[in-house]
Amino acid sequence: MGEQVQTPAAKIKKKKRDTAFTRVMKYTGVRLIALFLTVAIGVYLTIMIANMGGYVDEIMKGSIRENITMQLRMDDGYQEMAPEAKAAYLLAKIENEEKRLGLDEPFIFRSFRFLLNALKLDLGQATFMSSDKGSRSVRLIILERLPSTLLLMGTANLVLFFVTIVVALILSRKYGSFWDRFFVAASPLSAMPSWFYGIFFILIFAAVLKIFPFGGMIGSPPPETTGQYILDVLYHLTLPAAALIISAFPARVYNWRTFFMIYSSEDYVEMAKAKGLSAKRIRNRYILRPTLPMIITSFSLMIIAMWTGAIITETVFRWPGIGRLIFRAIGMNDTAVIVGTTIIYAYMLAATVFFLDFIYALVDPRVKIGGSKQKQ
Amino acid sequence: MSGIKKIFKELKNFPTAIVGLVIITILIIVAILTVIFIPYSEAKRQWRGDEAAVYLNPMNARPAWTNILRKDKWPESFNVVFSESDDVTYTVLPREEDDSEFKVVTEMSYSFEYDYGAFPQEILLYFEADYINSKPFIEIRVLTPEGRDIRIIRKGVAHTETYRFNQDLKLEQKLGEKSALIGLFSTIDPKDSDVPEVAKGTYTITVTSQTFEEGSNVDLEMVLHGLVFGATGTDHRRRDLTVALLWGVPIALLFGLVAAVGVSVLSMLIAAVSVWYGGWVDTLIQRITEVNMLLPFLSILVMIGTFYSKSIWTMLGAVILLSIFSAAIKTYRATFMQLRNAPYIEAAITYGASDWRIITKYLIPRIIPLLIPALVLAIPGFVFLEASLNVLGLGDPVLPTWGKVISDAYYQSALYNGQYYWIIQPAIMLIITGLAFAMVGFALDRLFNPRLREQ
Repeated sequence: MGEQVQTPAAKIKKKKRDTAFTRVMKYTGVRLIALFLTVAIGVYLTIMIANMGGYVDEIMKGSIRENITMQLRMDDGYQEMAPEAKAAYLLAKIENEEKRLGLDEPFIFRSFRFLLNALKLDLGQATFMSSDKGSRSVRLIILERLPSTLLLMGTANLVLFFVTIVVALILSRKYGSFWDRFFVAASPLSAMPSWFYGIFFILIFAAVLKIFPFGGMIGSPPPETTGQYILDVLYHLTLPAAALIISAFPARVYNWRTFFMIYSSEDYVEMAKAKGLSAKRIRNRYILRPTLPMIITSFSLMIIAMWTGAIITETVFRWPGIGRLIFRAIGMNDTAVIVGTTIIYAYMLAATVFFLDFIYALVDPRVKIGGSKQKQ
Repeated sequence: MSGIKKIFKELKNFPTAIVGLVIITILIIVAILTVIFIPYSEAKRQWRGDEAAVYLNPMNARPAWTNILRKDKWPESFNVVFSESDDVTYTVLPREEDDSEFKVVTEMSYSFEYDYGAFPQEILLYFEADYINSKPFIEIRVLTPEGRDIRIIRKGVAHTETYRFNQDLKLEQKLGEKSALIGLFSTIDPKDSDVPEVAKGTYTITVTSQTFEEGSNVDLEMVLHGLVFGATGTDHRRRDLTVALLWGVPIALLFGLVAAVGVSVLSMLIAAVSVWYGGWVDTLIQRITEVNMLLPFLSILVMIGTFYSKSIWTMLGAVILLSIFSAAIKTYRATFMQLRNAPYIEAAITYGASDWRIITKYLIPRIIPLLIPALVLAIPGFVFLEASLNVLGLGDPVLPTWGKVISDAYYQSALYNGQYYWIIQPAIMLIITGLAFAMVGFALDRLFNPRLREQ
């Protein structure tokens, strides 16, 4: 009986919690649908571009016809057939091959089936490419390349992320010093892309000094013991990682420095200084804390960037990662592989955007999920 | 006008910006002069690498100035058209008794100093013979500084014919060296018997021609391909790199400027429209931006280049289209949002100003300080993007550009073969251009946004 009696205060509390909960749920739902649609449209556009609006099919049909005609020319049994039987046999073979590659349906249907499979993360079979182990599955091809890309991009990005923030924090406290001016002056150097630094590193360290390899991920023949293998990979990793780090370093430091400087000139920081708080406490509580959302965004975008790899840097250093895979897939017109990498990228980005909203709410009390219309 | 003047005055406080402006001015002048003096059609012809355009150029030659660094100079290229040169001595040999009526024997000889420390890459003789029925007959001999008189070849010549020393296997066997020219130019007693050494001094090449008809005549042009060439050297297809280095200037400036202006102005306009009309227009633009940010930029560009067209205009258009709906739109949108509620805008609405007038006259001018530095800072990125596209094999097929030179060099393993000039020269051009705009851009950024200024 007692259960039914509720104090007015509890009633109000419950109602409030309900609205907060439904608000979050509603927001989450709407956001999820919006992001899903965005991913779907992005993936579909990629499919359309990768397939040239169906034009690639015509090219493929042409090459299938040619290949089969060539094959049959070598076939003695085929040569002895009657002309009508010959024509019928040829047509049947072509049809069979087109069916194998899924070319018998009109493109518009196929593109939607492709989209549906893509969204289900069923990446399908590659048309021309295969993994080093010989598999045609796009998922396996991508998975095989993933570790090397993660190694390269992970090393470079993690070093970049933490080192630039630390350097920027130090610089923001000592502005006008030599190193501060140095990084301000050096920031235009980041206009040069990493492959460009890569070519120079190859020139200096591989061609002239001969202390690092020209490219690749492992020496030939590969070393036998695991320890030596790891050392050899690290040895090959040095130049590409250095190129990625150094090309982005000055601009990142400059951006973070400016960002920290703006935050450390806020009134509450001055107030904390006046109160006589320790420099460490000021840094952690008054500068880093409010900049946390920005730092998290930067970190998650960095993780997404790791997925696509660095197409040109990997190509220049012959690094067997996803970037080079994309380049080769495009060279071979392998739509399935191109779309596969795009889907993964799109999903990663969408998931990051989605979770960022919640993380912001956790770290920044000013942000209320679904509360205000200001989303950024 | 006074605003621009003020900006220039303030820029004086940034020495890097002045350096940048000077470099940009020089680049613009070079670009204009290049387009005037090497017209587009000529640049295209040279870069296609037809035999007629490049026959004087050696392959993979270093720039001529590299000889300053060498103790033993590398040979430079030269050519002699025998009938036009004053240094060629002509002698008509006396007729012999049993000669036919029209037989004429002419001896043409040409001497040149060869004081270099390396062997020439190739010597070519381009023959042109006039005759109706009987081919003229020629004999070529070379007299070396050490007095060796070597017969190179005896043969009849057709109307046009080319003779290449290093492709004559018989001559190579006869001289017993790795190549015919090493055999021909090496000294009899080298310091190290295993390494052939150049015999320095005067070489004389003598071409004796016998013609058998009235009016029949043989002329030839001799081309010696050295190992150094011109101001900037040549590539694997014997093209003069100067053409690409010079033509790279207008192309890089054009690509960088058009892309940067196009992207910045269009994304600003779209952000203005998005904020001003709000509602579904705003939502639509926001969604397009999100979709676009999901698309992998380079992959899409590579696809467009591979499947549609690699023309620089297609690529430029694609780059602009893919870059308009980017993070920049969000920045502009946020700024416009603040402006939108400003009192002077409300005043404008009250007195009945049109939407277009408010966007162009009230909103956009306020965003210019954000726009201009961003625009200038975007230029280096696009200049390097053009080079990146070339390295990916998506360069315009006919245009000579810096990126094309770098990618050729890269795929010909120039670094591995020690042909550093091939990569360094276009790279320096790219760096200079990129840095010049970046320096000006950073200065403008600090000028327009004083919060970033030191002090």
